[in-house]
Amino acid sequence: MKIHIPTPLRQFTHGQEAVEVSASSVQGALDALTLSAPELRRHLFTEDGKLRSFVNVYLNEDDVRYLPAKELTVTTDVDELTIIPSIAGGSSCCR
Amino acid sequence: MLEISVADYEAMRAHGEETYPHECCGILLGRTDVAAGNNEVTRIVRAGNTRTDSAHNRYHIAPEELIAAQREGREAGLDIVGFYHSHPDHPAQWSATDFAEAHWYGCSYVITAVEGGRAAATNSFRLTGADEETKGFKGEEIAIDVLGADGEVTGVLEMEGKTR
Repeated sequence: MKIHIPTPLRQFTHGQEAVEVSASSVQGALDALTLSAPELRRHLFTEDGKLRSFVNVYLNEDDVRYLPAKELTVTTDVDELTIIPSIAGGSSCCR
Repeated sequence: MLEISVADYEAMRAHGEETYPHECCGILLGRTDVAAGNNEVTRIVRAGNTRTDSAHNRYHIAPEELIAAQREGREAGLDIVGFYHSHPDHPAQWSATDFAEAHWYGCSYVITAVEGGRAAATNSFRLTGADEETKGFKGEEIAIDVLGADGEVTGVLEMEGKTR
């Protein structure tokens, strides 16, 4: 299956926008990805192995956090994972 | 340096005026010239601000919109090279919240101050570093391409990072 990598993390995938892995679950796909690109692991996961709060992982069109089986969701070769860090901020000013 | 067409530059600023007194936000598609250290914007994508609970001083882009923009970029041979948002009645400088929520290393974060409904200063900040421990915001110049009728660049209006 294909995993899409956002621009800030492509430095760890030799500039590749997408990485092909063989896996049968979301967790398996992320493990395969970080096995081939070990530096990615600390960017995606906290020290206790949880997905960082600002890292979103989508299985096709669905946020993995809201899938019933979450990272254990079963995948097939035609599925696509997208890693997308969050975008937020603001002036936080005044009122 | 951030390179952008005058049309896209003005569209970002107009977006901030339209959403005033709320913050606007959007995505910058283009290419990164690694050798020159430039982010070259060729298309901007407006996004909705999901922070309806505090839209006057916070913004958040739904991941679904980011994914759609990334897909749009991929099909056009473009990448996400930055983001923009507005600061209603607040300077065009990054805030502690902007910094805490910035995770796209190498990307440009453009901020437009909107004073009383009119766009004022626009500044761009590059997110440097490679992780949460080493990241930092660095002001960068904005080069506004002046395009002729045929779409070719006919001039470049360079701007200091902290002016206008």
